[in-house]
Amino acid sequence: MTDAAPQDAPLLSARGITHSYGARIGCRDIAFDLWPGEVLGVVGESGSGKTTLLNCLSAQMMPSSGKLTYRLRTGDQADVYALTEAERRMLMRTDWGFVHQNPRDGLRMGVSAGANVGERLMAVGARHYGAIRDQVTDWLGRVEMDLDRIDDLPSQFSGGMQQRVQIARNLVSGPRLVFMDEPTGGLDVSVQARLLDLLRGLTNDLGLSAVIVTHDLAVARLLSHRLMVMRRGEVVEQGLTDQVLDDPQHAYTQLLVSSVLQT
Amino acid sequence: MTQARTMTDGGYNFAYLDEQTKRMIRRAILKAVAIPGHQVPFGSREMPLPYGWGTGGIQVTASIIGLADVLKVIDQGADDTTNAVSIRRFFARTAGVATTEAMADATIIQTRHRIPETALRDDQIIVYQVPIPEPLRWLEPREAETRKMHGLADYGVMHVKLYEDIATYGHIETSYDYPVLVNGRYLTAPSPIPKFDNPKMHEMAALQLFGAGREKRIYAIPPYTRVESLDFEDHPFAVQTWEARCAICGAEDSFLDEVITDDHGGSMFVCSDTDHCGRRVADGHRGDGE
Repeated sequence: MTDAAPQDAPLLSARGITHSYGARIGCRDIAFDLWPGEVLGVVGESGSGKTTLLNCLSAQMMPSSGKLTYRLRTGDQADVYALTEAERRMLMRTDWGFVHQNPRDGLRMGVSAGANVGERLMAVGARHYGAIRDQVTDWLGRVEMDLDRIDDLPSQFSGGMQQRVQIARNLVSGPRLVFMDEPTGGLDVSVQARLLDLLRGLTNDLGLSAVIVTHDLAVARLLSHRLMVMRRGEVVEQGLTDQVLDDPQHAYTQLLVSSVLQT
Repeated sequence: MTQARTMTDGGYNFAYLDEQTKRMIRRAILKAVAIPGHQVPFGSREMPLPYGWGTGGIQVTASIIGLADVLKVIDQGADDTTNAVSIRRFFARTAGVATTEAMADATIIQTRHRIPETALRDDQIIVYQVPIPEPLRWLEPREAETRKMHGLADYGVMHVKLYEDIATYGHIETSYDYPVLVNGRYLTAPSPIPKFDNPKMHEMAALQLFGAGREKRIYAIPPYTRVESLDFEDHPFAVQTWEARCAICGAEDSFLDEVITDDHGGSMFVCSDTDHCGRRVADGHRGDGE
């Protein structure tokens, strides 16, 4: 556990998050609490507002309305949308992580894997090359990368390896909250399985909280404790993952669950 | 060496630029001096020479030069290369100012790629010609983003570049345009001077002005300002060294250029600062070459 403080307040608390693109609704009136160590899955079809919601939650986008409260390491509650740009950037590179669907969006393609992983450390003031290098090596090992590839460019890696570098790059600063947008999208099933294994191991070991957006119910079932089902920008059902997937109440959730091949 | 004031080319305003333009540039310079290392945009004019040949430096010089000034122009340390000769002649014609090759006589030194070996005095101004004023440009292509990074002093990515150097070459390979932090605040490009010259910028007695014509930016380092070259604790900043001495004047502590002397692999090392070298020879120093 990263936090020994009394956990009587949620880590992230969203209220009435609404974002519209002109007349079109991105997401509407989303509210939830995320507790320390909890993994929240967000599922829904394409265009249901999952990514819009994730961008709002990670403060990469300002929603049209709503309030987002984050409990800092100090125990203080921060109103995320009222933070200054500098404070928000600091949060993004220390306490938070963001794993993009396409690793190219989350990596610096022009510099080596090692530099990618080390960037956050240098951004918060690490100035000892040897120490940075050690931490980078440690993290690349944890995501099961071959260590002799540490100085290779991400463009020379396969999609699965790029994704693992991206994960290491986000976790190196010891974040408490990680946002993931389809972390296994575009990977073949065997690579997906190993990546999921890895992610599950990391979230369990580190006590990370995470919000994972996916349209893959298998991913949601494996990784998330709690599930939100979105459709047309609204949450139609939420609850414990197994409960939602095994006993869907809403018609749309039933459709979604029944659309997956049962074995 | 010093050319006295000569005829003026009567068709132009003093020092080529019109007075309103000079005024605008002076305002940019004042702002730049007030915020050491910060890039100030200015309305760069078309100059009668191509971008990359010193249009920024020329505009800065034209805006600060007066009748009493003595101008020295160097290119790669030398006073007698095309760029230096042309710019010196340009100001001799359009401003009618005296020009010189001697550091001691100059009040304004316009330079490309070097800082003279002789320490500058507090009654001198050095003007740098800058091709790319943005030190973050190769790491972050978006101008809006680099401005934000400067605003927030968000400079971690610069160390990523240095990290990459060490990971690839075992040491910091960047040898020119080596990024500096000015007055503990703004990350600044020292223009493509060799890192050998970086320590000279620190607490320099003279005012340092930087002009980038194509990129339309002016920045400055006021006299006696802290200028630190970025590095890692376990890979500290270090300047180039040579095993050779200058073949002409025997100097061991100046920046040396390797000059190819024949097509059989022969070469010799000579001072890049011609004025410095010439003065040493006049003082009786001799190298092994010639």
